[in-house]
Formats: sequence, C-alpha cells, structure tokens
Amino acid sequence: MNNLLKSSAAALALSVASNAAAAEGKLVLYHWFEYMPQEVLDTFTAETGIEVTMDTYDSNESMLATLKAGGMGTYDLAVPGDYMVSIMAGEGLLDTIADGELANKGNIAPEWSDPSFDPGRASSIPYQWGSTSFAVNRDAYSGDIQTTGILFEPPAELSGKINMLDSQGEVMAMASLHMGIPQCSTDREQLKALNAMLQEAKQHWASFNSDTAKEVLVSGDAAVGQIYDGFAAKAREEGANVEYAYPTQGYVAWMDNVVLLKDAPNRDNALKFMDFLLEPENIAAVTNYAQYNAGVTGVAEYLDPALAAQPEKNPHANAGDGVFIKVCDQETQAVYDQIWTNLKK
Amino acid sequence: MAHVNENIKTYKGFRTITLFCLVVLYAPLVIVTIYSFNASQSITNWEGLSLRWYADVFTGPESAKFKTAAFNSFTIAIMAATASTMIATLAATAMVRGGQFRLRTVSFGLISLPLMVPEIVTAVATLIFFNAIGFTRGYLTILVAHIAFCIPFAYLPISARMQGIEDSFEQAAMDLYATRRQAFTRILMPLMAPGIISGFLLAFIVSLDDFIITNFVKGAGVETLPTAIFGSVKQGIKPNIMAISTMLLSVSIVMVTISYFVSKSDSTK
Amino acid sequence: MAAGAASGGSARADTYKDARGWLLLPSWAVLGIFVLGPVGMMLIYSFLTKEFRGGVIWEPSLAAYDQFFFDRGLFGDEPPTIEWTYITIFWRSIWQAGAATLLSLLIGFPTAYFIATRPENVRPVWVFLITIPYWVNLLIRTVSMKFLLRDQGPLNDFLISTGLIDSPIHIVNTNFAVQLGLFYSYLPFMVLPVYAAVERYNFSLSEAAADLYASKWTTLRRIVLPAVKPGVVAGCILVFVPSMGSFLAPDLLGGAKNFMIGSLIEEQFKGNAGNWPFGAAASMILLTMVLIILMFSARQQAKADKAGG
Repeated sequence: MNNLLKSSAAALALSVASNAAAAEGKLVLYHWFEYMPQEVLDTFTAETGIEVTMDTYDSNESMLATLKAGGMGTYDLAVPGDYMVSIMAGEGLLDTIADGELANKGNIAPEWSDPSFDPGRASSIPYQWGSTSFAVNRDAYSGDIQTTGILFEPPAELSGKINMLDSQGEVMAMASLHMGIPQCSTDREQLKALNAMLQEAKQHWASFNSDTAKEVLVSGDAAVGQIYDGFAAKAREEGANVEYAYPTQGYVAWMDNVVLLKDAPNRDNALKFMDFLLEPENIAAVTNYAQYNAGVTGVAEYLDPALAAQPEKNPHANAGDGVFIKVCDQETQAVYDQIWTNLKK
Repeated sequence: MAHVNENIKTYKGFRTITLFCLVVLYAPLVIVTIYSFNASQSITNWEGLSLRWYADVFTGPESAKFKTAAFNSFTIAIMAATASTMIATLAATAMVRGGQFRLRTVSFGLISLPLMVPEIVTAVATLIFFNAIGFTRGYLTILVAHIAFCIPFAYLPISARMQGIEDSFEQAAMDLYATRRQAFTRILMPLMAPGIISGFLLAFIVSLDDFIITNFVKGAGVETLPTAIFGSVKQGIKPNIMAISTMLLSVSIVMVTISYFVSKSDSTK
Repeated sequence: MAAGAASGGSARADTYKDARGWLLLPSWAVLGIFVLGPVGMMLIYSFLTKEFRGGVIWEPSLAAYDQFFFDRGLFGDEPPTIEWTYITIFWRSIWQAGAATLLSLLIGFPTAYFIATRPENVRPVWVFLITIPYWVNLLIRTVSMKFLLRDQGPLNDFLISTGLIDSPIHIVNTNFAVQLGLFYSYLPFMVLPVYAAVERYNFSLSEAAADLYASKWTTLRRIVLPAVKPGVVAGCILVFVPSMGSFLAPDLLGGAKNFMIGSLIEEQFKGNAGNWPFGAAASMILLTMVLIILMFSARQQAKADKAGG
C-alpha cells in the first residue's frame, strides 16, 4: 500500500508538471460528449502546433450552470445550441468577433450567415444542424405517422409504448406545434389548454428518457420515440424497423454553434480553430462522424455519399416547417416550468 | 471463541438468499461481458463474435483518453478511500470510545452530511466554493472532493464494528502495562479489521463510480473513467465501454482469486 | 453480557476521552471546510433572489420557500393555497427509499450473516465478491439491468420457457422498477456494515439461547439482531439516505414519469428551470428532514442504551 501511495503521488506531481509545460500554444474547448472526432483535433494540432484540451458536458443547461458557477476564464470556446447562444449572449458570456478576424467567415452557408439567435454571426460559427422529431417502429404501426398526434393523441396500438425526451424545451416546442399555438405563448387560455393537453397525453407515455432514446427503439421497448434525426438513422442502421417522421404540423430544428467565450485565455488560438472548422474538409469530417449537417458551403464533396441519401435527412414534400426552440421571457418561462412540473409531479 | 455447534449458527435459506443476491448482482454483468464481444455497434442486437471493441480500447482514437482516465480513477479512488478510511477510523474512535460529550450528536450530523445533500447540489456548491477560495480545478480538486464525500461511507461500517467490541480488551491490555497507543494498534485495530476493510471498500467503490460531482469539479482535460465513459453512453452505449467494463471485472476477479489462494495457503500452514 | 452487547457497549467506553478532540480534528477539518462550506453557501442561496437562467441575485428573498409550500396557480396570481406537488414528490421519494431499504435489509442481512459464518480465511473473498460489480459504472450496470428485465428480455424468456409464467411480467417503468433500481444501486452499503457487525457476534450466545430452548428464529430476533443493531442501523442509513436524493437508476428503470427529489433538484440546476434558490431550498428541506430523522433515532438509541445499561 505504501509503495502504491508513493507511486501515485509521483504520478500526481508528474501530471501537474506536464500541465504547466504545455501552457504555450493551448486551446481549451468546452464541448458536448462524443461530438468531436479525435482525428479532427489531431489534424488541427498537426497544422498549427496548438494543443487542444477538451472538457465535456451533457446538456446546454449544465454547460451554462458550470460557466455561471465560475467556469468563465478557463475555456476559449463552447458549443451551445441555437437558443442557448442567445441566452449566453444575453448573459454577457460571449465575446464579439470583429470584422476581418475570421478569414474563412465567407464560407458560412448564406442561409446560416445571419441566424435569428446570433444576428450577423457576431460571436459564433455554425457547427452542426439537424432536426428533432420522432421515429415510429413500422412493425408496430403501419398507419400515417406524419402527424404530431402520434406523440400526443396516439392510436390505440401505440398507447403506452412512447418514449419522450426528458427535456422541457423539446417536449414543449413539439406540443406547441401540435396545438398550433406559438412557442412562449402568453395567452392564458392557450397555456391552460397546453397544460391540459400534456396531462392527457402523459397517460399514453411509457417513459421520459434522453440517455437511452436510441436503445429503447432498437430493443423494441418503445414503439415510438422522440429523437434526433442522426440518432434515428443509427437506430435504423442497427436493425430497428423505424421510420423518422416529419410531421405536417412542423418539427423542431436545431443548430449547434461554436462560440467565442468572453475572457478566453487563448483568444487568438480560438479564432484559428474557428477558421479551421470553417474549412469544408475539416467540418465535413465532423459531419461524417456525427451524421448531422454542416453549415458551410463547399462541404458536399467531402461528405460520405451515403449520408445525404439517408431518409432522416430528406423531409417529404408535405412536411411542416422546422422551427427553432424559442427563448421565453422570465414570466412565461415561469409558467412553462410550472407546466413541466405539473407534468412530472 | 468457544467452538459453537454449526447447526446453531446456520440458518436454512440464508445460503439460498446469498446465492440469489450474487445472481442479482452479477446477471447484468454477464450481459455486459457477452455484448463486449459483439461484432455490431449495437448493444441490443447480437451480430456475431468479435474482439474489435477490445482492439478499439487499446488502439482506437480514444485509447489515450481511456488510459489516463483509468489511471486517474484508480489513483484517486485508492488515495481518497485510504484518506477517508483513516479519518473515519480516528473519528469513530472518538465517537465510540470517547464517552458522552456535547458535540457528539453534532459531529455525527457533520459526518453524515455528505450523504444527505443530493450530489448535484454538492457539485454546484463545491464548484462555486472552490472558485471562491481560489482553487484551480483539476486532479487535486477531484481528490479533495472525493475524500470529503467518502468519509461517511467509511465511517458507518467502522463505527458499527467498534460498537460491537467491548473496551474491556483494551482495558485489560492497559492493566498489563501496555500504553494506550499499543492497546490501540495491537488490540483494537486487529479486532477492527473487518469493519475497516468494509469501510475502505465502500469508500473505494463510491469514489470509483462518482460522476456528478467529478464532472463539475474536474476542470478541463482531466477525466476519470465515469466521465470518459459517460460521454460515449450519451451517444448510445458503444461496445467498447462494455469491453472496458469487462476488463475491469476481469482484473478484480483475478485479484480476488489470488487473494483467495493466498489466504488458503496461509490457513494450511 | 447480552445486555452489554445489545447496548453496543459504547455509551460508557471512554478510553480516549481526553484525546477525542485530536481524533475528531481531521474529520472536522475536511468536512467543515469542504462540505459545510459549500452546504452553508447553499443555505444562503436558498434565501436569495433567483437570477433568470441560473445563478442568484444578492437580495434576500423567501420566494424559494414560498414556491415550495404555497400554490398560486399556473400563473402565480391566485390566492395561495397549500402546495401539494412538492410534498407529494418528497413523500414518494421517502416511500420508494424506504421500500428499497427494506428490500436491501431482507436480502442483505441473510447475505451478510451467511458471509460472517464462513471460515475466517474466505470471508474477505466473499466481501470482495459483493463489491466487485460496483467497479463497473452504475449507468452501464443499470442499462444492462433494464435489458435483462424488459418484456422480451432474458428474464421473461427464461421464466416463460420454464413454464412458471404464461405472459411476460411487466417490470420496467413501474414503481417496483424504481425500488429495484435503488436496491441495486446500494446493496453493498447494507451488506458490508451488517457483515462487519455480525462477524464480531459471539455465537456462544446463540448456543446459550438454544440451551434454554429458544427456537432459532426467536434467537435471531431476540439475541442476534439486538447485538448487531449498530451494523443494521449503519446499513439502513447508508441505503436510505442516498436513495432519497438518487435519480439515475430509478429514472432509467422507472421511466422518469414522476419526479423523485433528486431529479426535481437536478432540474433546478441543470434543466430549463435554472432556479438555483429553489433547488437550494428543496435540498435544505431534504437535509433538515433527514437530520431530524437521524437525530431522533440517535436519541432513541441513546435512551435505549441508558435503560439497558
């Protein structure tokens, strides 16, 4: 035991020392779990000599909590989703990228160059985008699935076999689409109806689960699962006979973005990394890994051809519009929290 | 101890329950082991035997991450369990052998405190606290946090054991001119061994398994096994995680087997 | 002798009376700084104003506690009535944790007893066998458990093939699954302390009882259990208390359709709600409740010790 202690103390001293040695040419990235292939980071290090340290989080909100609890000043870049970019900007957590600081800014696809959540791309660049809807096991149900009714007023065959994401934003946005009311509605009657509808719908749900959203579909435990497009594709590749729906009422769209954090300790390196990710070849490597979509022009030739052909990536003609999750004001958010608590009490 | 008739000691059915207990504990791990050899990406569909996930753990792009994560996890778990067991043993001696005193109840409350606060609260609070007192997040902050929250897990079995040992043994030794220190190390400690081992093992598995607190206090680039594994789990559990788990199991089972044969040869001497 | 063992023999032992300050110092130092510090801060946070999207504003406020105890309707402008939502969630957690503790005791006690009556040199091997599964991450163990228990899973297949049941037993996403998840998360925390206590038990007491024509079960209840009570109490605390705040295993197995205290509090820090003072207040209420239960049982035990002594 004594020897073990000694050797681990030595190792500890060693790891502290090696941390100090790498102080130059560093970049600290705060990123989602399993969303950045190691090869891409290695390429960046090989090209620039900058060493990348990556720390990971499991939700937009837990990233925000860590930053607000004192994580600012440690990280250079983070990768928040669309609505989280505007929240972080509102909280004053983002730094502004001046004109000309990003050489490759022109590579951003025109439709993503001025998004509502970050006008003019003042602090962010696109990372990946996709959609959140639901997938249905075709062995369990053969009827029409292109309606949000599958989740909220399911046919008898599917009742009790539905898994929802355990995430307020995605469930509420989908529910608003189902009822045809605006997100963050302040109309009291609409909100009451939304509350009542969810209470009713919950009777038909088996579980709330984000961690194993894909597994429950593959194993057949759930016949319907609210899920991201890339996840649905993976479930299908793993042998589940699932079809991803694009409801006529609309579906949730999302976009993750690389943002420059305020007080970034290695600001210049962070900008270099953003430029690096704006080169089609590099961001295509991310897309091939994560199986979503890039927001950069000229990326197509580097993509895995099978990816573009996936049914999950190609909405049918009658599909509704994709909508981003809206950021509610404080008062409305309080009502939303109350509805969510009612739903899960 | 006087030899007691085995019939009086044993209870019918206890053996069955123990075996049932082992089945419950190990059945999920059998699944883990089987699927670590699965050729497919999926954890629920069997597509034939393969060693690719074991190769992936050692040569895949994340092999370096897993290696340091395993190293961090084990060094932290061993150090945290050792430190918290020592602290808990001293505390238990004061609480069980220190007579009645006013702060006894308060001390017990303080020692149990890490159990009572949900982990997420400890995690956020500790992060804010470390920032407030100017600690930089890293290996050391994980270690300190682990030592603190492992204390009650070590303390409770240790103090329960000590309550079962009459102090007449130590008193007798001291009557025979043993110093109190000698009575402590030569009489009390050997009698305490099963309690201390239990406490150490509980602290060890608590530290080894902690995700929530570690993830908040660890800082950039420092990973432990749970934080490294959790990432993969969030994107669907990949069989390479199963492979890592199976290897951990094998290592521990080999250790137990060795200790079994060592103890067996000891007793035949 | 039996009375001495039953009282734990601890109340009057004071060999280290003069050294107890030094003996307690390390635990007080570590816990006082690194646990009491953060918890004290959370206590303060629970009385502050919430900042939208997480964080606090340094203005004193009782809003968090008000939200916990009073219901002001969906829009927060109705006259206050008593809020049952959170009380229900707390009650559910207590109930589930209690059931899981009982389950752990029913399985864990016989296991611990059995191990303690093995030959001395193999006991450590048994103890290791109980803890080894916990080297594998909780999440992975739980996901595999779910795989085993599902309607078309191996367990149901096995039971159907043996003819014990005709149709699958539905376990996943039920209350029982929640208890099973908690039981599975904390079983060694019951077995090990009980083992440490039973291992010390003087079996000649059982023999004496048998000589006096006590049945074996009477002996277990009246002689063995009181003698190993500290171990049982320690085990129950180690299962019950963490179970109250736990959410991962019960959510995965139970479907997360209803909040447990742990998931409610988690939501305040990591979910959309971002209401830190409320999360802090709910933790403080949980803490107070558990403290009261623990202090009360400690006092009862002290009283029993005095009466027994």
